[in-house]
Amino acid sequence: MTEPLNTYRSGPDEFGHFGIFGGRFVAETLMPLVLEVERAYDEAGADPDFKRELEYYAQHYVGRPSPLYHAERLSEYLGGARIYFKRDELNHTGAHKINNTLGQILLARRMGKTRIIAETGAGQHGVATATVCARFNLPCVVYMGATDMKRQAPNVFRMKLLGAEVIPVESGTGTLKDAMNEALRDWVANVDSTFYIIGTAAGPHPYPAMVRDFQSVIGRETREQILQAEGRLPDTLVACIGGGSNAIGLFHPFLDEPDVKMIGVEAAGHGLDSGEHAASLNGGEPGVLHGNRTYLLQDDDGQIIDAYSISAGLDYPGIGPEHSWLHESGRVDYAAVTDEEALEAFKLCTATEGIIPALEPSHALAQVMKVAPELPRDHLLVVNLCGRGDKDIFAVAEKLGVEL
Amino acid sequence: MSTATSVQIAESRIDARFAELKDQGRAGLVTFITAGDPDTETTYQLLRALPEAGADLIEVGMPFSDPMADGPAIQASSQRALKNGISLAKTLEVVRRFRAEDSKTPVILMGYYNPIYHMGVDKFLTLASEAGVDGLIIVDLPPEEDRELCLPAIQAGLHWIRLATPTTDDKRLPKVLENTSGFLYYVSILGITGTRAAAAEEVGAAIERIKRHSKLPVAVGFGIRTPEHAAAIGKVADAAVVGSAIVERIAEGLDENGKAGAGLVDSVTELVRNLRTGLDR
Repeated sequence: MTEPLNTYRSGPDEFGHFGIFGGRFVAETLMPLVLEVERAYDEAGADPDFKRELEYYAQHYVGRPSPLYHAERLSEYLGGARIYFKRDELNHTGAHKINNTLGQILLARRMGKTRIIAETGAGQHGVATATVCARFNLPCVVYMGATDMKRQAPNVFRMKLLGAEVIPVESGTGTLKDAMNEALRDWVANVDSTFYIIGTAAGPHPYPAMVRDFQSVIGRETREQILQAEGRLPDTLVACIGGGSNAIGLFHPFLDEPDVKMIGVEAAGHGLDSGEHAASLNGGEPGVLHGNRTYLLQDDDGQIIDAYSISAGLDYPGIGPEHSWLHESGRVDYAAVTDEEALEAFKLCTATEGIIPALEPSHALAQVMKVAPELPRDHLLVVNLCGRGDKDIFAVAEKLGVEL
Repeated sequence: MSTATSVQIAESRIDARFAELKDQGRAGLVTFITAGDPDTETTYQLLRALPEAGADLIEVGMPFSDPMADGPAIQASSQRALKNGISLAKTLEVVRRFRAEDSKTPVILMGYYNPIYHMGVDKFLTLASEAGVDGLIIVDLPPEEDRELCLPAIQAGLHWIRLATPTTDDKRLPKVLENTSGFLYYVSILGITGTRAAAAEEVGAAIERIKRHSKLPVAVGFGIRTPEHAAAIGKVADAAVVGSAIVERIAEGLDENGKAGAGLVDSVTELVRNLRTGLDR
C-alpha cells in the first residue's frame, strides 16, 4: 500500500488501516457489532444534530474551549522557546478523557445501547466514563486491574460515587491490558445491550479513528487560539503518549502543516535499557493485540510484556495504530522520558506556574525541559497539559519519601 | 441452497475423519488441551492417550499472554504453560512428536495471532506443515483479515477453521463460510470459553440454519462439560468440542508444586472416555 505523502490526514482506509497498522483483529462474535459501530459512527458524523449535541455538552458540561495559556514563568526559567499550555486539565473531571467519553456515550445512545462498559488504568478514563453514564442515566461497569485499584484508590471511590460498578481484574498482572481483556470478554457476552467505551485511540477500527476525532477538538482549538494570540501556527507540539489519545487529538489537525514539528513522549519508566518501561515505539515491535496491529512490548515468543511507568495512565504495552504509522512515516518524533525526569518536571511546573500537572503530561513537560532551552525566544511551543495532578500527589509524595 | 466449500485440501485427515464418522453414524468428539500445561512432556503423553480414550479430533491451544476470548479455566491453563516456558516453537515440536506416532488423528492448533505474527507467517506455516498440523483456528482473525494468515495457510495446505456465533446472521454467514474448510466451529453462546451452556434445541436451530448455507460438518463448543450435554449436542451437531472441562481436570491433577501429578493423564482420559460413552449412547 502506498501512502500519498501530500496528506497525513486521510487515514484510516476502509479496512481501518493506517499503512500496515490498525485493522479489525477481533473474535467473530464481536465482528458484526464492530461493523455496526462503524456504520453508526459514519451516520452520526454526517448528522448535524449529532455535532450540535456534542458541541453543546462540550461547552456547557465539559467547559470547552479550554484555554491556551502562555506559561511565562516556565518559559523564562527554561530560557528558550515561548511555551504555551493547552489546558485540558481544566476540563470537567480533570483530564482530556471526557472529550472522548462524551462523544462515545452520545453515539451509544443513538445506537439504542442500554449498558456501558469501559476499562481503566489510572482511573481517569473510568471516572470520565462513569461521569457521562451518571449524566445520561446509563448503567456503567468499569474493569480495573486489581493492582491499579490499589494505586488509584481515590478514583475507584469517585467511580463508585458516580454510580459505576468497578470490577477488579485479577487475571494476568492486574493492570490496564488485563482490564481491557476483561472488558472485551464482557462485551462478547453482552453484545446486544452493551456499548464499549474504549479510552484511548486504539482497539479495532473504527475506535482509533473515532477516539482521535473526538479528541481532535484539542488541536482545532489550539490552532484557532494560537492564531489569535500569535498570528501564526506553532513551531512545535509536545504531548505524552500512553495509548496516545491526547497526543493524536493535538497533532491531527496540524499533520499536514509541514512546518509544525511534533514530539510524542513515551514513558521510559526506569529507563529504556532497564526493561521496565512503557515505551512501545522506542522499545517494542509491531504485533497484534486488542483488535489492532501496532507497536507492542513483547518477548521473543510474541507474548505481551507488562508495561511499567510511575504514571498509571501511560502504563500500557501498546500504542494507538495511527502513532505507529506516524512513527514509521517519520512525520512525528517519539521521545521517551524516565520517571525521574517526569518528577522533576512535575515539581518545576508546580513551582513556576502554580499548576499541578498529572504525571502523564509531566512526561511531556520533561521533554519540553530538554528541548526548550535550545530553541530561540520566538519559537512557539505548545504542550498538551492533558490532566491535572491532584490524583497523583500521593504517588509523588511516596516517591519523594514524604509521609502524608 | 447448499453450497460446497470452495476450499479443498488434499489428503485431508479432517475430511477423512468426518467422512468416517458419517459412515459410522456417530457424532465426533473434539478435545482441547493447552500445549505445555503443565509441561510439554505431559502434553505429549496426553496427545498419545486422547485418541484411544475416544477423541476423534484434537485441538491444541497455543498459549498467549492475553487470551481475550477465553474464560478463567483456559486463561489459567495458558498462564501455567507460559510460566513453565512453553513457546510456539515448542508447541509445534510436541505436535511433530505426536504425528510421528499417529498418522490419522487430526490436530488443529487454536490460539491468537500475535505469537504467529511474531514468528513470521511463512516460517510458522512451514513448521506447522512439517509438524503434521491439519488446521488452524485463530480467534482474533475474522474474515476481514483473511490476507494475514488464512489465505497463506490454505496455500500451505492447512484447513482454516472459522468460528460462527449466535451473532453470525444469514447475511454474514456466507462471509464466515468463505475460505472455511474441514469443519465449521459453532460457538453456542455469546461469551467466552467454559462459562455457560447453551440448550441443545437452540443449538439445533442454529445448525439447521448453517446447514442451509453449507455442507461442511459443524462442531459445537463453548460450555460443553458433561457426557449428558455432549450427548444432547451430538444429536444435533456433527461433533462436540470439550475444552475447559478437560483443562480443569488437568488443573486438578497438579501436585502442590504445580507439576503433573502421577494420575493426571489417567484422570483426563477417564473424563474423555466418559464423554465418548455419553456421545455414543
